[in-house]
Amino acid sequence: MTDAALPTAPAVAGRSLWATALRRLMRNRAAMVSLVVLALYTLAGIVGPMVWPHDYATVYSNYVKVPASLTPYPRANTIVPGAERALARARVEVDTVDVAGETVTLGLTASREIDPRITRYLDRSDLFSNARIVETGDDGRSAVMEADIARLTFVFGTDSNGRDLAARILVSIRISLMIGALATGVALIIGVLYGATAGFLGGRIDGVMMRIVDVLYSLPFIFFVILLVVFFGRNVVLMFIAVGAVEWLDMARIVRGQTLSLRRREFVRAAEGLGVGPAAILRRHIIPNVLGPVIIFMTLLVPKVILLESFLSFLGLGVQEPLTSLGVLISEGARNMRNAPSMLIFPSLALTILLFALNFLGDGLRDALDPKDR
Amino acid sequence: MTGPGPILTLRDLAITFDTPDGDVEAVTGVDLDVFANENVAVVGESGSGKSQIMMAAMGLLAVNGRATGSVRYRGTELLGMAPRALNRIRGAKIAMIFQEPMTSLDPLYPIGRQIAEPLMVHSRLSPRAARKRVLELLDLVQLPDAARRLGAYPHELSGGQRQRVMIAMALANEPDILIADEPTTALDVTIQAEILALLARLKARLGMAILFITHDLKIVEAIADRVVVMRAGAVVEAGPTQRIFASPRADYTRMLLAAEPTGTKAPPPAEAETLLTARDVGVTYRSGGGLLGRSAHTIEAVKSVDLDLKRGQTLGIVGESGSGKSTLGRALVGLGHADGAIRFRGATINALSPRALRPFRRDLQMVFQDPYGSLSPRMTVGEIVTEGLLVHERGLSARERGRRADEALAEVGLEARIKNRFPHEFSGGQRQRIAIARALILKPEIIVLDEPTSALDSSVQKQIIALLRAVQAEHQLAYVFISHDLAVVRALADTVMVMKAGEVVEAGPTEAIYGAPKTAYTRRLIAAAFDLGSVLTGAAEPA
Repeated sequence: MTDAALPTAPAVAGRSLWATALRRLMRNRAAMVSLVVLALYTLAGIVGPMVWPHDYATVYSNYVKVPASLTPYPRANTIVPGAERALARARVEVDTVDVAGETVTLGLTASREIDPRITRYLDRSDLFSNARIVETGDDGRSAVMEADIARLTFVFGTDSNGRDLAARILVSIRISLMIGALATGVALIIGVLYGATAGFLGGRIDGVMMRIVDVLYSLPFIFFVILLVVFFGRNVVLMFIAVGAVEWLDMARIVRGQTLSLRRREFVRAAEGLGVGPAAILRRHIIPNVLGPVIIFMTLLVPKVILLESFLSFLGLGVQEPLTSLGVLISEGARNMRNAPSMLIFPSLALTILLFALNFLGDGLRDALDPKDR
Repeated sequence: MTGPGPILTLRDLAITFDTPDGDVEAVTGVDLDVFANENVAVVGESGSGKSQIMMAAMGLLAVNGRATGSVRYRGTELLGMAPRALNRIRGAKIAMIFQEPMTSLDPLYPIGRQIAEPLMVHSRLSPRAARKRVLELLDLVQLPDAARRLGAYPHELSGGQRQRVMIAMALANEPDILIADEPTTALDVTIQAEILALLARLKARLGMAILFITHDLKIVEAIADRVVVMRAGAVVEAGPTQRIFASPRADYTRMLLAAEPTGTKAPPPAEAETLLTARDVGVTYRSGGGLLGRSAHTIEAVKSVDLDLKRGQTLGIVGESGSGKSTLGRALVGLGHADGAIRFRGATINALSPRALRPFRRDLQMVFQDPYGSLSPRMTVGEIVTEGLLVHERGLSARERGRRADEALAEVGLEARIKNRFPHEFSGGQRQRIAIARALILKPEIIVLDEPTSALDSSVQKQIIALLRAVQAEHQLAYVFISHDLAVVRALADTVMVMKAGEVVEAGPTEAIYGAPKTAYTRRLIAAAFDLGSVLTGAAEPA
């Protein structure tokens, strides 16, 4: 066989293992759907809170725990009592209430002269805006007031403080993804460098380095977090550090194991034989070859971190109000499960879909990067 | 060829693999008959589809493979048969043994249990009867001390012993056909001869047919009744062994037969300078021992070896696996710790620190056995070839390095435009050329070649040998050529060293060693390498 005779076509660029893996990934439908879902989540996390009509911290005290609905609030049967309640402390009698389209017309009488600033009582309510006095009686003791009905839509309902749940879910996706990405990033950098160094140097240094990892493993994680909270107070940045500082241990072990087996491969020996220094061998030969398993571990670490954060937030050690995370929302939802089920359902759905997408993508990547196919 | 008709019949068998780049036809239209008590050899180079036809017959194709055509065992169609029905035939009537006995045995169970389990399940033997049968089988395959080895785990056995256990497992249900897929490729030549003799004896005794898949024509000549030559998924030629070897019809068969390395190497001139001397070199491995403990035990891989290497000389090192030849080769280029004195250009290189050793590395290069493992899979060919320049000629510009890579690739017969491709896109022979180019680009004085051809097909092997010869003549290189293949060493080396268990048992000019070996060990190696037929008949008779 003439093995030296290459195909005559001018094939210049080769297809790297990464490109092959990408092609395999593209054929995996579940992974591609997950990728789209993740892209949407990322987009929602970044721009969602900015463009959403409601702010995640705004309190609508008239709409506490309203159920999810696509039709805007207030409902017709709540307008009249709403108007009456709003004016209850204004020391006026509400004689007539007419709702016509988007405006409400109120006939008022009072024992004293009606102050035009009375409109503020209506404006303060979340149901009405732009209240104005259109007609005042001769004696000033009666008036006709008009106000626009403020139509507000809460697609996912509101929480127990009357904040829009959809806005809160959007901002919690931002926080959860941020924690996931940052903690994973911390774990990745420390873990890969530490593990590759330990595995490559081997021998006694490896022994000492891995025993340190074992010692850190034996620290109870919750205890570690509580300690941090006690010393530094509740702080999202601290959460990243705590989670990242624990998760890199797994990464270091995986990378070390891979490095140990790579170190015995002949291409590493060959590089040593060329006189390549240890740092360059790590950079050029070891790290690119451990990236496959590392990427797989990373996609599985992100959901783990998000769950961990949810768990900590559920315990009350996580992010602080008014910021929120999926774990906090679910925790609140669980408390209001009976009277406001939407408060539990929607954050749980958001978390579940996110975790499914991350896990499917991780599985897809594992299949795509699986060296057995080579 | 006895019996009424063939036991196994393949008709128009085609195998297609569904890959991301579209369908790949691995085998097209193969016809094959196997009769009772016959030894049929399927010969071909890697990628010829010779293993795939057997995998298809046994229903063991990879998930993306499809087989069409017909495979009949005594008239029963096997292709497309339900797995449950197929299991009654495969394993029982058609048994298989594989190349690597270590991976075919479960490392967690003792061998006695591994052989007994299918007997107890399929033949419904009681544990006591199964144990008796296992002992019979192990005696049949001549595993020494079988009764005591029943409780041994696979890693406690040698490669040859493991292959005997595999054969015993295959014979457990008294199959009609034994399919042997390269059963001796992973074994030393002397062990290979023993296993082949065993198979020949078993065939005569049990009257079963053997379908022998191999790339090694020497084995075929020694054991097969009939030969089927395959190339690129199709049968090129088929016929009785003697006819094929005496008068091959296809060009491809002729080429295969001529692939045996020929010629000898003239020794370097007497006045050639001595480049490398080694005195009393030993290599000791320490293993075991934890962080705080002392090492539990030591293994002396190489003991007290002396050698001299002149410019232009080729020193062949031969020996069985585990004889320390590769360890010695690595020690000579400063990979790994060695005792004694290895002197190159006046410096005792095994006493230098890694930093002090670095300047010497460019003159001491190494080419490894496995061209699949010795090239970093994530780097392009250009990066691989020029990596040494980054260390030893730091001032070079990227463009200059590219030019040097072109030169080195041209020297090994590869085109410059492959520089941006990745190793996995090349065949074994091409990869080995890339590995040689990586060594040559530094213009070394000495290259240690550790089994550089043993992972390659024989025709490619011949080309690589020709390349090595040409490069040596051009640059007056000194080679240390490590191999278990005595034929290749005879063609390339002018001096030979025979190693056993870390020691040199014999050394001298090639012709002297091959012509008049002094030790029984060397004689055994030479007989197994050059005269397999007579070794087998000699071994078969006393049984």
